[in-house]
Amino acid sequence: MNQQLLFYTLQLADNALINGHRLSEWCGHGPVLEQDIAISNIALDHLGRARSLYQYAAELFNALPPEERSTVFNSPALQEKVQMGALLDEDDLAYLRDGWDFRNVLLVEQPNEDWAFTIARSFYFDVHNFYFFEALKSSTDKMLASIAEKSLKEIAYHLRWSSEWVIRLGDGTDESHQRMQNALNERWMFTGELNTPATFELNLQETGAPVDLGIVAPRWMQKVTEVITEATLKLPASTWMQQGGKNGVHSEHLGYVLAELQFMQRAYPDMEW
Amino acid sequence: MEIVFTENQILDWLRSVTDPEVPILTILDLGIVRGVTLAGHEVTVVITPTYSGCPAMDVIAMNIRMALLSHGVRKVNIENQLSPAWTTDWMSDEGKQKLQEYGIAPPRRSSGLASPALFDDELVPCPRCGSEHTELTSQFGPTSCKSLHRCLSCLEPFEHFKCH
Repeated sequence: MNQQLLFYTLQLADNALINGHRLSEWCGHGPVLEQDIAISNIALDHLGRARSLYQYAAELFNALPPEERSTVFNSPALQEKVQMGALLDEDDLAYLRDGWDFRNVLLVEQPNEDWAFTIARSFYFDVHNFYFFEALKSSTDKMLASIAEKSLKEIAYHLRWSSEWVIRLGDGTDESHQRMQNALNERWMFTGELNTPATFELNLQETGAPVDLGIVAPRWMQKVTEVITEATLKLPASTWMQQGGKNGVHSEHLGYVLAELQFMQRAYPDMEW
Repeated sequence: MEIVFTENQILDWLRSVTDPEVPILTILDLGIVRGVTLAGHEVTVVITPTYSGCPAMDVIAMNIRMALLSHGVRKVNIENQLSPAWTTDWMSDEGKQKLQEYGIAPPRRSSGLASPALFDDELVPCPRCGSEHTELTSQFGPTSCKSLHRCLSCLEPFEHFKCH
């Protein structure tokens, strides 16, 4: 059961890290100074949450019986440490796992493209985060509940920011309207995964630690519909929903993200900044 | 030589530790010190982070350690406590007053506002001229804790320590 909780915690940590990394790619490239600052701030909130979650995940990993520890990951660099009996920390989990050991949803690894695509991704994810972390505050797992309580205040600001941008672009010029609609349509296929539980989530359900996604899903849909309508845009038509991220099956984009994110630690192991 | 510390003494020493981003505020003004426990020569300070990714927290932890060591405490433990989550309601009135004098509009509204409501701009008076005729430039400022505003009366831009 502890291994399932480890996967659950990692899933949340990976979502935060990869989403934060994608947003940080805008740093120095924002459309105006204030928005450059805003998106970098939001990236920092996600990285901060990722750290808390990775620290907890490392704690859960280190508490597993030694024979079980070697069966959790399939990444050679990490396995090398585990085989030597080393305990892991937040940095090991962020920098030494390969793509197949990452459990983030496919949505967050999608490229930034233009501002509308970035906003569409953030908007879908922020709405999910808001209702997800609101529910996680009542988790029976004390640590996850504390992290949720802390994160929710920050996420409320993120959600306002991305929602207001959807409205600003949707209810803006013909060009911005069309681009925002197109981005929402293109990213729609990655939203189904947000509210589809993976096996480790279902296995944990009885413990009361995970969030019941059945409660989050209708709230997500209601909020998304509300903002899209306000923005004079149309809810994208239903389509085939992509799945896989939670189980380590990713799009090609994640590899490029990790290549950049992990480069220094892989080239100079254990280096400190 | 046996040195006996008291909790008040420790708190007094912590008054010299300030927020590296807003140096007029001590960590006691900010309300991030949740408790101090003493065990002989060992002191444990429990602090609560303001924002998850705030880089100032690492600096603050280091400065707490330095301040106490310089007063002869031999062992300093710093514990991070996430829950209950820090809120601007814990900032002291003195702290808010100092912010105002420093030119940063202090948080006014009580927190508990983790709400997804849109375009819900609060009234933030200009810390320079006091005018309530101001507008929001951006919800996000140069540090995690601040938003950017502009005064439409005296035309000065200013920062606001946002409610959290």
